[in-house]
Amino acid sequence: MRRTTLWSREKRSAGTAAAARLTSPAGRLIVLSLAVLWTVPTFGVFVSSFRPEADVKGTGWWTWFLDPNLTLDNYRRVLSSSPGEDNMLFFVANSFRITIPSVFFSIVIAAFASYALTWMRFRGRDWIFVGIVALLMVPLQMALIPMLQVFTGGAHIGSVRIIPDLDLTGTMPGIWIAHTAFGLPICIYILRSFMTTLPGDIVEAARIDGANHLAIFWRIILPLSAPAIASLGIFQFMWIWNDYLVALIFVGRENAPVTAQLATVTGTRGQSWHLLTAAGMVSMILPIAVFLGLQRYFVRGLLAGSVKG
Amino acid sequence: MSDLLRDAVLMIAVAALLVAVTVALVKATELIPRRFRESATAAIFLFPAIIAVVGGLLIPALRTIFLSLYDDTGTSFVGLDNYAEIATNNNKRLSVLNSFLWVGVGSVLTLAIGLSVARFADGMKRESAIKSAIFLPGAISLVGAGVIWSFVYAGPPIDIGLLNSVTDVIPGLPASVGGDGDRLWLLERGFGGADPPSAAPGFNSLLLIVIFVWTQAGLAMVLLSAAIKGVPRELIEAARVDGASERQVFWRIVVPAVRPTIAAVLTLTTVAGLKAFDIVSVTTGGNFGTSTIANEFFVTRFVQGRNGLGSALAVLIFALVVPVVLLNQRQERTHQVETGR
Repeated sequence: MRRTTLWSREKRSAGTAAAARLTSPAGRLIVLSLAVLWTVPTFGVFVSSFRPEADVKGTGWWTWFLDPNLTLDNYRRVLSSSPGEDNMLFFVANSFRITIPSVFFSIVIAAFASYALTWMRFRGRDWIFVGIVALLMVPLQMALIPMLQVFTGGAHIGSVRIIPDLDLTGTMPGIWIAHTAFGLPICIYILRSFMTTLPGDIVEAARIDGANHLAIFWRIILPLSAPAIASLGIFQFMWIWNDYLVALIFVGRENAPVTAQLATVTGTRGQSWHLLTAAGMVSMILPIAVFLGLQRYFVRGLLAGSVKG
Repeated sequence: MSDLLRDAVLMIAVAALLVAVTVALVKATELIPRRFRESATAAIFLFPAIIAVVGGLLIPALRTIFLSLYDDTGTSFVGLDNYAEIATNNNKRLSVLNSFLWVGVGSVLTLAIGLSVARFADGMKRESAIKSAIFLPGAISLVGAGVIWSFVYAGPPIDIGLLNSVTDVIPGLPASVGGDGDRLWLLERGFGGADPPSAAPGFNSLLLIVIFVWTQAGLAMVLLSAAIKGVPRELIEAARVDGASERQVFWRIVVPAVRPTIAAVLTLTTVAGLKAFDIVSVTTGGNFGTSTIANEFFVTRFVQGRNGLGSALAVLIFALVVPVVLLNQRQERTHQVETGR
């Protein structure tokens, strides 16, 4: 099956070695120092998170190599749900509760829409697609204030109420709706780009055999789109997991994700600032694991989805 | 745990409902004349998406533009007063200048680093490990990035800050650039004796931009290195046969060939820079002259509760994003015409 350049750019290695066959010593030095520079800040927090409180506060993490004391105390405390502790596990669970449905809904809805925009013939199809893609340009800041107003007070034109007060502020469905709406343009863009590369003959043949669109969508297009959906899913997952702004506005303390909790802790930890190391690592462990484990899919999704607004 | 379960049930119920309604409606189209069937089915497939983007993006965006022309209570029309306030209020104006600095310095630095790694890392020993190291910060949240760098920039009373420890041991470094090892990096606006006026971005803003570049360079590298790998080998071989040096091949052949990707990287970092909120919010909260438009938007609307002015700041972000994206598209099209690809 032939794929578009969009999804296989990394495989088209015509100029791979050609572009920089002989890396000069200076070039090698630049790259190595960048790699070190890029690693050191995270590594420092990682090491610090396993050091005893007195060590973290008294000496830089680099002295750990001379005086290697290890402890899990910091993690024990940030994961503890006792009053006054960070209770990170609870907020990690919240992140899952926010992220999984948001990713799921945006992909399901985008899959239906992309199918219609790729394989159905109707008037205005291209205009609808262009319109949706144009919305990629809208920064989500543009949508936050009115959306919050609708969530807290409904909407009306004049005195006619068109949307009732659903009281969605601070609730999970509220943030699912927000993330789904904000993520749809990019999901549709990516999925449609992929679907247009699938061979049209299969769809034609199925049509002639009398299959309706639902059957073609479910039996043929969805299975063939699995790689694109996987990449997109990972991409959306990371984006929503790492989101801070949307969560800050749409969910309160009770439902806050781990990013918001980390930010709160940063501002309020005071004397126990050494705990931030462990709290930070807890908030990052999943994205880092996803990145390292599913790098190939992730990079692919990134190449296709880097236009996210 | 029960929350998790309840949400899972809710999610599955909503999805099942969505699918069931779609299936039922598509079945129902068999009752209408054949020539309308295709359009009707398309409408059913598109309906949830259109509702979501129109209701969740288009109408809210239009309403934000509308709100930006009204006062903070949303009752009386004030024309462009909110925009005038952005231009004249010292804090707001500084945040706009800071955002320009983020865009200018941030995108150029990101491009330079992404391009260097994309060029030099290829064929190096442990190429993929190096690339992963550069990319990793891009996978973690901007909040996490802010926290990580707070430990680098930490100053008194916390005396384990990495940067202070480095500047401390460099002999002969004047105190004005951190030579005594207890500089408050994110609080002090001056640097090396130069003290920026309160209306201009300070050195601490540059330090925040470093965090931003740290998170963005991986994406730039991935995009650029994919593009460089796509440059036709014949082009490069031909240049080599003609006696071009590696440097010439890179600057004269490779860089022009990947021009659209360079533009895309600049566009992406520009857009990301204009939306810079998380890093600022979690490190300085926008204090010490480091606020950006996006941070000011949040503070103005969601801390101070000012709807009109907050909306105007959101529209400003949009107004700055649009020309950049359109410019990028135009040049991409010209490039396609020129190269026939």
